[in-house]
Amino acid sequence: MKEPVKIDLNLVKAHGLTEEEFERIKRILGREPNFTELGIFSVMWSEHCSYKSSKPTLKKFPTEGERVLVKAGEENAGVVDIGDNLAVVFKMESHNHPSAVEPYQGAATGVGGIIRDIFTMGARPIAIMDSLRFGSLNDPKSRYFLRGVVGGIAFYGNCIGIPTVGGETFFDESYRGNPLVNVLCVGIVKKDMIVKARARGVGNTIFYVGSSTGRDGLGGASFASREITEESHEDRPAVQIGDPFMEKLLLEATLELIKSGVVVGMQDMGAAGLTSSTVETASRGNCGVEIDISLVPRREEGMIPYEVMLSESQERMLVIVKKGMENEAKRIFEKWDLYAIPIGKVTSDGIFRIKDKDRPVAEIPVRSLTEDAPVYLRKRVKPAYLDEVSYLDVDTLPRPDDFNQVLIKMLTSPNIASKEWIWEQYDHMVGINTVVLPGSDAAVLRVKGTKKALALSCDGNGRYCFLDPYEGGKIAVAEAARNVVCVGATPIAITNCLNFGTPTDPEIFWQFTRCVEGMAEACQYLGTPVTGGNVSFYNENPTGAIDPTPVVGMLGLIENTDLICTPWFKEEGDLIVLIGDGKISLGGSEYLYLIHGLKKGRPPELNLSKEKALYDVCLKAIGKGLIKSAHDVSEGGIATSVVESCIINEEKFMGARIDLKNLEKEGERDDLLLFGEVQSCIVASCSPQNIDSLEKIAREKNIGFRLLGEVTGKELIIEKNGKKLISQNTANLYKLWREALSLKLR
Amino acid sequence: MKFGVIVFPGSNCDYDCYYVIKRVIGESVDFIWHKSSNLKGYDCIVLPGGFSYGDYLRTGAIARFSPIMKEVIEFSKNGGLVIGICNGFQVLLEAGLLPGAMRKNRDLLFICRYVYVRVENSDTPFTRLFHKGQVLHIPVAHFEGNYYIDPQSLSRLKMNNQVVFRYCSKDGEVADEFNPNGSVYAIAGICNERGNVLGMMPHPERCSESILGSEDGKLIWQSIVKSINERLAKE
Repeated sequence: MKEPVKIDLNLVKAHGLTEEEFERIKRILGREPNFTELGIFSVMWSEHCSYKSSKPTLKKFPTEGERVLVKAGEENAGVVDIGDNLAVVFKMESHNHPSAVEPYQGAATGVGGIIRDIFTMGARPIAIMDSLRFGSLNDPKSRYFLRGVVGGIAFYGNCIGIPTVGGETFFDESYRGNPLVNVLCVGIVKKDMIVKARARGVGNTIFYVGSSTGRDGLGGASFASREITEESHEDRPAVQIGDPFMEKLLLEATLELIKSGVVVGMQDMGAAGLTSSTVETASRGNCGVEIDISLVPRREEGMIPYEVMLSESQERMLVIVKKGMENEAKRIFEKWDLYAIPIGKVTSDGIFRIKDKDRPVAEIPVRSLTEDAPVYLRKRVKPAYLDEVSYLDVDTLPRPDDFNQVLIKMLTSPNIASKEWIWEQYDHMVGINTVVLPGSDAAVLRVKGTKKALALSCDGNGRYCFLDPYEGGKIAVAEAARNVVCVGATPIAITNCLNFGTPTDPEIFWQFTRCVEGMAEACQYLGTPVTGGNVSFYNENPTGAIDPTPVVGMLGLIENTDLICTPWFKEEGDLIVLIGDGKISLGGSEYLYLIHGLKKGRPPELNLSKEKALYDVCLKAIGKGLIKSAHDVSEGGIATSVVESCIINEEKFMGARIDLKNLEKEGERDDLLLFGEVQSCIVASCSPQNIDSLEKIAREKNIGFRLLGEVTGKELIIEKNGKKLISQNTANLYKLWREALSLKLR
Repeated sequence: MKFGVIVFPGSNCDYDCYYVIKRVIGESVDFIWHKSSNLKGYDCIVLPGGFSYGDYLRTGAIARFSPIMKEVIEFSKNGGLVIGICNGFQVLLEAGLLPGAMRKNRDLLFICRYVYVRVENSDTPFTRLFHKGQVLHIPVAHFEGNYYIDPQSLSRLKMNNQVVFRYCSKDGEVADEFNPNGSVYAIAGICNERGNVLGMMPHPERCSESILGSEDGKLIWQSIVKSINERLAKE
């Protein structure tokens, strides 16, 4: 690349900056920026790095809590206290745009990036989870995306040796051409070993560590701040290439380095690479930094400073080391065969100064790139489509006459079918902590050396959010919390990825704001503060924006690993009950979409006080050993939930005999009772002698408690007042459910 | 008695093996860095799973050239016990300590799941606490676990009783549908002629505690301990 001679407005616009923003840059510098400086401003002021559109809205999230040790936005990931002098560091991040252009590497480097955010805080990563969205699998492009993304996650996670313990995958036409790849990483650290991403102590040395710098990923942050277009594949050079082996070395070396006590602060070179890591650590530490760019190791000839500063080559980090301890740091990195080169030092004047040997390259006040970056209050308008889609006249829906057929269609829908094809490609057991494997409501990881375990779940229903962003936002939090409750964990905090269309579109921005408000209300009520996450705007393809898709990553804590619950039925003769009493609805349901081709109606109502009470009941029942299985009712309704409890455990299928007569007050339509969706409800099983004690706990909390039937040997029979609606062999259902996804991909 | 777990820079089951040996089995164990060249004082060497040196070329292809592998070969020649698990098995093949080679899985996908394997030979120092035909519930996690050996060498393996584990059903039946990766003769683990080097694709360290869903792997560690104790008693 050659430096352009003159900075003109076209060049400014090509960098995604507006005319006003350019004027602002000139005022800050008191002169015209040079090319390198223009590049630095463009990435630091990009949506991706600056959160310029979302910042004011994100303030609505509750971020405080007695367990919160590092709040959202303070560092690269949130930190919560789990007792025993241990803390959990966790965060979720999107890699949507790179994955849309190059699914394998896009997803792989998404995994790499979030892992670095965790271990640079001193934590050993113990699990990855991911939340994925694709268009319909009937489209070959969506199949290509799915194979690529799953392959990329597997490649990276398996090699580095951090278990990918599940997540969720959802298919809907709105994600056609714009898949979503959200990756959550969780790590554990001793409370007194948490490392901050801060540059402190004038004169301390700044080390560049890890891979050399190339032209890959040039300007990735600004690339992620644009819509996906027909030409986006030309942006392939903006997607980085992952090297999990290098990252494994970085991970081990970093943790060893922290133990040695020489580290002041460190940060991953993620989006906007060397630029953001130096600027952000300086900004948090309220200081300045000076680096000599000629010292940066390069993998290509003739790179100009602009390219070095904006490269997003992977597996690189910035480490600030105590003055006088440089040799100890070098020794550890050399053991792991890693580059570790001092490239600069911490200064006191609040200026970000880049030199190329003796030649000054750039000089910018640090804060102008971070705290003082532009923030916009975007216009928002209630979308016109909402009035039309929210009305659903249930009476006009034809009634299916063969519910066996409907059930099979539902179970083989990729949204409900087993996701085994996906998570079997992930090493989900390495680390020997995975106590509840993928495929349950939540994954459970023990914390070695304690009686504790962590429960993890990802959730977010874009269809609900499309129909009612506020309720959809609330439901995303509640469903994720309910999932961890089902395994016996208390929900303690969330991270999130907020995936939306273009924020300058007032209707999109309305969706965004309402979703955040809904999530904030649920987080407040359920006592799960937001500890971090990210925002991904510009998720549009040539046919329009994706459904608004906030994804919640929920962290739950289990105090005693002897009291973990699983979703599958255990024994013949056990009774099956529905605990909770949300109102069953067809609005926004998978049944409505799959069988009737409609994305309409209102999502099921969510009453937060009922939801909270359900958690109390469920956790108390698990704590007292009264229930043997607990499974959330979500996509596909009660029938689906019951079937899953029969077949999730492939070692031992069970049957069930269900009578829907106790649900009749919900409505007379059989399809509603079977496949309608509902909030704040779980399907549980217990031995007959415990049913009274269980009911008593539910009644005390004023929570609905309805007997559905009993666990049997091999057959699933669902009837209503003696009329048989469904009769199926569960081993058969298992086969259909398990193979559906891989058959679609053949 | 002392175990040593070899740590290649890309090993990732090293901690797991270490944890199980120390905390579950209760024996003494050290990590041994791949650049080291001293195996004095160890009774059993574990080559753990992972991606030794990234394995971008071929699994285990670089690891065999590391300084420590020379020592491991020497160690095995002197009768020391060596167990290679997953990537460790691949390294043993590349190093020529065991015959055969690994190909990519039949379905060309990484596969991580619980499988069943049948003990074919309970006469090795690693399997003496099992009985022949016993079925283990044990996880696999690999992309290249499709074991290949030419027919002649296979007959030799069989003749010498070197096939230690074969993939099977819950009831011990060997058939193609229970073979997760397409391995020849459904082979999941083999030993050398002398019986002191074992390579296996399934992960015993992942099923040595009841909290993880299966304890079937524990008997492998305990077999090793018993064998070493007997030998030490003789010495």
